Amino acid sequence: MKLDSKIPEGPIAEKWTNHKNHLKLVAPNNRPKIDVIVVGTGLAGASAAASLGEMGYNVKAFCFQDSPRRAHSIAAQGGINAAKNYQNDGDSTYRLFYDTIKGGDYRAREANVHRLAEVSANIIDQCVAQGVPFAREYGGMLDNRSFGGTQVQRTFYAAGQTGQQLLLGAYSALSRQVGLGRVQMFNRHEMLDLVKVDGKARGIIARNLITGELERHSAHAVIIASGGYGNVYFLSTNAMGSNVTAAWKVHKRGALFSNPCFVQIHPTCIPVHGVNQSKLTLMSESLRNSGRIWVPKKKEDAEAIRAGKLKPTQLKEEDRDYFLERRYPAFGNLVPRDVASRAAKERCDEGFGIEANDTNEGVYLDFSTEIQNKGRQAAYAQGNHNPSAEEVTKLGKKWLEEKYGNLFAMYEKITDENPYETPMKIYPAVHYTMGGVWVDYNLQSSIPGCFVAGEANFSDHGANRLGASALMQGLADGYFVLPYTVSNYLADEIRTGKISTDSPEFAEAEDSVRASINKFLGNNGSKSVDHFHKRLGLIMWNKVGMARNEKGLKEAIAEIAALKDEFYKEVYVPGSADELNPELEKALRVADFMDLGQLMAMDALQRNESCGGHFREEYQDAEGETLRDDDNFAFVSAWEYMGYDISKEMLHKEELKYEFIKIAARNYK
Amino acid sequence: MSAAKNINITLKIWRQKNAKAKGQIETYKLDNVSTASSFLEMLDQLNEQLINEKKEPVAFDHDCREGICGMCSLYINGRAHGPDTGTTTCQLHMRKFNDGDTIYIEPWRSKAFPVVKDLVVDRSAFDRIQQAGGFVSVNTSGRTIDANAIPVPKHDADRAFEAAACIGCGACVATCKNGSAMLFVGAKVSQYALLPQGKVEATQRVLNMVRQMDEEGFGNCTNTGACEVECPKGISLENIARMNREYLKASLK
Repeated sequence: MKLDSKIPEGPIAEKWTNHKNHLKLVAPNNRPKIDVIVVGTGLAGASAAASLGEMGYNVKAFCFQDSPRRAHSIAAQGGINAAKNYQNDGDSTYRLFYDTIKGGDYRAREANVHRLAEVSANIIDQCVAQGVPFAREYGGMLDNRSFGGTQVQRTFYAAGQTGQQLLLGAYSALSRQVGLGRVQMFNRHEMLDLVKVDGKARGIIARNLITGELERHSAHAVIIASGGYGNVYFLSTNAMGSNVTAAWKVHKRGALFSNPCFVQIHPTCIPVHGVNQSKLTLMSESLRNSGRIWVPKKKEDAEAIRAGKLKPTQLKEEDRDYFLERRYPAFGNLVPRDVASRAAKERCDEGFGIEANDTNEGVYLDFSTEIQNKGRQAAYAQGNHNPSAEEVTKLGKKWLEEKYGNLFAMYEKITDENPYETPMKIYPAVHYTMGGVWVDYNLQSSIPGCFVAGEANFSDHGANRLGASALMQGLADGYFVLPYTVSNYLADEIRTGKISTDSPEFAEAEDSVRASINKFLGNNGSKSVDHFHKRLGLIMWNKVGMARNEKGLKEAIAEIAALKDEFYKEVYVPGSADELNPELEKALRVADFMDLGQLMAMDALQRNESCGGHFREEYQDAEGETLRDDDNFAFVSAWEYMGYDISKEMLHKEELKYEFIKIAARNYK
Repeated sequence: MSAAKNINITLKIWRQKNAKAKGQIETYKLDNVSTASSFLEMLDQLNEQLINEKKEPVAFDHDCREGICGMCSLYINGRAHGPDTGTTTCQLHMRKFNDGDTIYIEPWRSKAFPVVKDLVVDRSAFDRIQQAGGFVSVNTSGRTIDANAIPVPKHDADRAFEAAACIGCGACVATCKNGSAMLFVGAKVSQYALLPQGKVEATQRVLNMVRQMDEEGFGNCTNTGACEVECPKGISLENIARMNREYLKASLK
């Protein structure tokens, strides 16, 4: 199969404009004759559905939650990047483009990333016009902060709830279209198959999660914006319902799946508390603007802390190892996520972890220095040039509360510790997946008429996503890319007419979904879905997690294949098909996670290099930094489904060409 | 940190097969619950136990489990989102309970939120109120004016943000003796009323949203203030007052 990325010709800064100028259009009078399905209502899905509805297409939007406003974009905390250069610190479209390519360890497509940087400024304008209440300075202008992997302040935010505010903005645009009758909303519906007719995506089979009814929905184009697959690890910062099913069904119907092994392990999450843990909670990267990460310099101090004999606040400055500042002085605590995560793992593996759990895995994120600095600044701003220590501390804490109050409160609720008084304990956790369905420059998958947006596609973040770039990509895809590229595709559909759902293709898809549901419900097993999901998660975390090697990956591939067979034989799913049945929903999702987990291990095994979030122990330098192999691995992997046995999937490669950025070693020192 | 320990509890849970069925309280014993677990992890543990006994697990709504998606609900010991203040059920932890406790768990109870199954209710009325006017009518051209063209006083932006922090969980409705949605609607009306971008359509917005709220069967506000007490995000009653002013202004136009 030849992969055509359809990257337009011409200089990088003109590609998108030229491309847009030559895309085909659908006249306003023809748009109401055309149906579009959007699966998922996060930033990418909601913005796409709203925009296409505004244009005049008939849009059907689907989400599995009880309201589109609940999609997991809502949980993004820290911010959204945009090359506005409001802070006059040298930012530009080029810088954002460059930082994102470098942050992705030179495994993303140049043209896609440049387009993302170009439209970033429009996103902020659009959101402000919609009434998104971003943080502002006293002069009334928008405030910014820094995120990892950059040396400018280009991140816009709304306290620690930026994702919430942006999603509610997109939800408001979507709600407006629903109210106007241009978008039909299907809450509590889950897409369980893609329907192809004559090779084109022509609809979906969706299950009404309340009644259990299987519904046929036809359309001239289908957009998948169903998010990422971090829950393959069972424990992640994803919502409990986040799943890969929509994306995986598209893959099973012929869309290639790219770079599945590129997973982002976020450095600052609350450590695991015990065996009944259901999910992990992120502490926003924005905290690394103000917090310093450390472990004790001496092992005996780490042991004493774990035993509860020593408090972190009692440890002297010279006995603390601020390991990120030590190893990466240029970026310090604001190195990219993959780098920060590995550095924390390295310290814990060496025995310096401070958390008293089974694995001793945890490091400190300490705000005491910032309390002093900001407290002094605040005192000066009030005209008090000789503040007492108490005044400084009080003002410093107030400053922290204003910036991060909701995060500090959340931390205290979960851990019962007060982070204003004692450093936070944090450890890396699965957070985001850079891999996803392969798409061309138009965000179209290898199935004509099936487009994939947001985290569900692979396109913009290479092997590691920079902080505050996911929100940017979701809205860029939905507001500013898909409306053009989907219209270009639909221009050839104006004569097609309504697509019937009575065709054999719809019947076949519905039957296969019904068969898989009945198989689970009729199974004579004895173990819960979670039992298998947790076992899958452990294999993934231990062998396809932060550090990977050939032996572990080969073991993982065999173990997952065996676990999948056992799952189908031994799983017990209670209840029936014609009712709200959360266990059935989980079983259908875990079945897809089993397939994907195995493919992730296979992808990690073939990639004999370390890059971004993919760290192969065999490929590191003397200081433990990643060793990329640009001669052999500067490509996007794209896997083709070949049936039940995942080990038979076929690998295709899209070569990455760097014409505008010189490919170089990634250095944050 | 108080060290985690294990407790044994008794659960009295509302079970209802579907919207039409008659429900009843069922009793379950659950042992060895870690006090470090969240309330929903405790329910996961119960469901695992029920599945192993080949009984039907309890259906409840949940998703992000970090207090922001607004999907979780539950009336716990007679309080929306349980005994802790400023907390969603998913952020409530078992350290707030003691060994030997009996815990009552019921769904949101309100005419406008019919029970779907067990502890799951239908809150789509909230979506319809948003669809009636909870937006600024601006198309997604990306060709709006520069984001900094209209300065917004920090104080106004901060108040708008506080109102916009509503997660749409419905605790305000569930806890109100009148089943009123005034806090929810007031928060959305306030967010836009405080920002210059929202002023253009202010009149139509408040009239449309209030009309839809009434059509959905929510009750009236009698200023008991229970909603503010139980709101996990601390949405202030001021928002109801502001909505009333906006509504009066709009009605007089």
